Amino acid sequence: MREVAIIGVGLTRFGERWEHGLRDLMAEAGLNALNDANISSDDIEMLYGGVMASGRFVGQEHIAALLADQLGFKNIPAVRVENACASGGTALRQGYITVASGIHDIVAVGGVEKMTDVTTSEATTALGGAGDQEWELAQGITFPGLYALMAKRHMHDYGTTEEQMAAVAVKNHKNAVKNKYAQFHKEITMEEVLRSKMVADPLKVFDCSPISDGAAAIILAPLEMAKKFNDTPIKILASTQATDSLSLAERESITGLRATQIAAEKAFSQAKLKPKDINLVEVHDCFTIAEILAIEDLGFYRKGKAAKATADGETALNSKLSVNTSGGLKGCGHPVGATGVKQAVEIAMQLRGEAGERQVSGAEIGMTHNVGGSGATAVVHIMKRIN
Amino acid sequence: MLMEKASAGMWRKIDTRYNLIGSECQKCDALYFPPRIICRNCGRDTKMVPKKLSGKGTVYSFTTIRVPSDAFKESAPYNVAVVALEEGPKVEGHVIESGKKVEIGTKVKTVFRKMYVDGEEGLIHYHFKFEAL
Repeated sequence: MREVAIIGVGLTRFGERWEHGLRDLMAEAGLNALNDANISSDDIEMLYGGVMASGRFVGQEHIAALLADQLGFKNIPAVRVENACASGGTALRQGYITVASGIHDIVAVGGVEKMTDVTTSEATTALGGAGDQEWELAQGITFPGLYALMAKRHMHDYGTTEEQMAAVAVKNHKNAVKNKYAQFHKEITMEEVLRSKMVADPLKVFDCSPISDGAAAIILAPLEMAKKFNDTPIKILASTQATDSLSLAERESITGLRATQIAAEKAFSQAKLKPKDINLVEVHDCFTIAEILAIEDLGFYRKGKAAKATADGETALNSKLSVNTSGGLKGCGHPVGATGVKQAVEIAMQLRGEAGERQVSGAEIGMTHNVGGSGATAVVHIMKRIN
Repeated sequence: MLMEKASAGMWRKIDTRYNLIGSECQKCDALYFPPRIICRNCGRDTKMVPKKLSGKGTVYSFTTIRVPSDAFKESAPYNVAVVALEEGPKVEGHVIESGKKVEIGTKVKTVFRKMYVDGEEGLIHYHFKFEAL
């Protein structure tokens, strides 16, 4: 198996991008990645596109060929990857596998979602498909409802509070202010989070990630070729994935995501690293409780300890462990298919020392954590800068 | 559109939904609800048989849905819970308003109730819900 590196990254600004359609967003991010890698469209041998629900959001399926064509990748093989909100992270893993296997050298990975052409109600229904349609959504349990059920049990078992969860939103908005690609450029206070409208107790509007448009792109190459394109290639040390039941009820515990725990164990084993070796991590904070679960499940905190640590500021930028420097899904926005790819773009920018005001000092090794649904899929990557 | 698709699944598993019938592995005795064809522990190396559940259980977690999907607009706000049935499996569902407080640990039992209506002239869908004891 060959070693794999990221040689180019690109993003669009996330947010309500009414002036751009799905194909324009993908092309914008792709062009940025091609320019970053200083590579021609003709060099790309294959495309993986992470897209969750383009059929529902814009009525377009058969999306991989469309994206390849719009990106100027003439006649190459292209495959859509759908794993709910983990579509982007899974697409990156498929790209990694393809390059590692030796079948292709230069592979593009895209992630995109255009969510604001439909009403909020239609978007919510589309996203609901990430949970168990027959046994959760059809019972009237919304997607925020699923995370609310996890939050309630976590509060019961470990004394986690609404204030501690709100601290995640406050921190991630603060980071997003420093990210020009982020949807929100406004700090929020704990009071504002706690006073925002209740969606599903204990989760309020400001505990939830927004509906967003946006795209992200990455160019992968074998590590041995990477220096030809880029002075600071980012080596992928681990790429892992795990699954679990779609419904919460069929899991032994709902105060953690087993899929995340397994993917993380495998990733640390593949990279021959421990949690203490990681300088920064982009985790899947679709809801504030999800970030608390994530940093426990990834092994940074023991179960029940992450909420207090977050409220104490341990996960703030340049603190003990910088978590979600991009602003996370909460502050940067969550165009579902794009998110997993964007997380890796953020880590690559940080490891290259190109994150500007939100730069983590001495960032050497970073991690991404992308979740599908309420935890039926988890994808983890660990990356390191190669000098 | 989404609820129509869910409705098809609703009718297919009508026995399960109306009578709370799960499945049991004859080899390891694992009990599943909703019923499964393949045992998580034993794979294909066993036989699964239908098993009726009592509908009695304990609230494992709960929340109040205040922003519902379109199909449940008339019902909101409403309580939903993950209930640990006394036979083992956990099940998600509505908890009906009965004046009794719902918390983690509250004992509940299933009752048969209207779930939602497909528009003014559409079908009325029924389902089990939970009631606090």
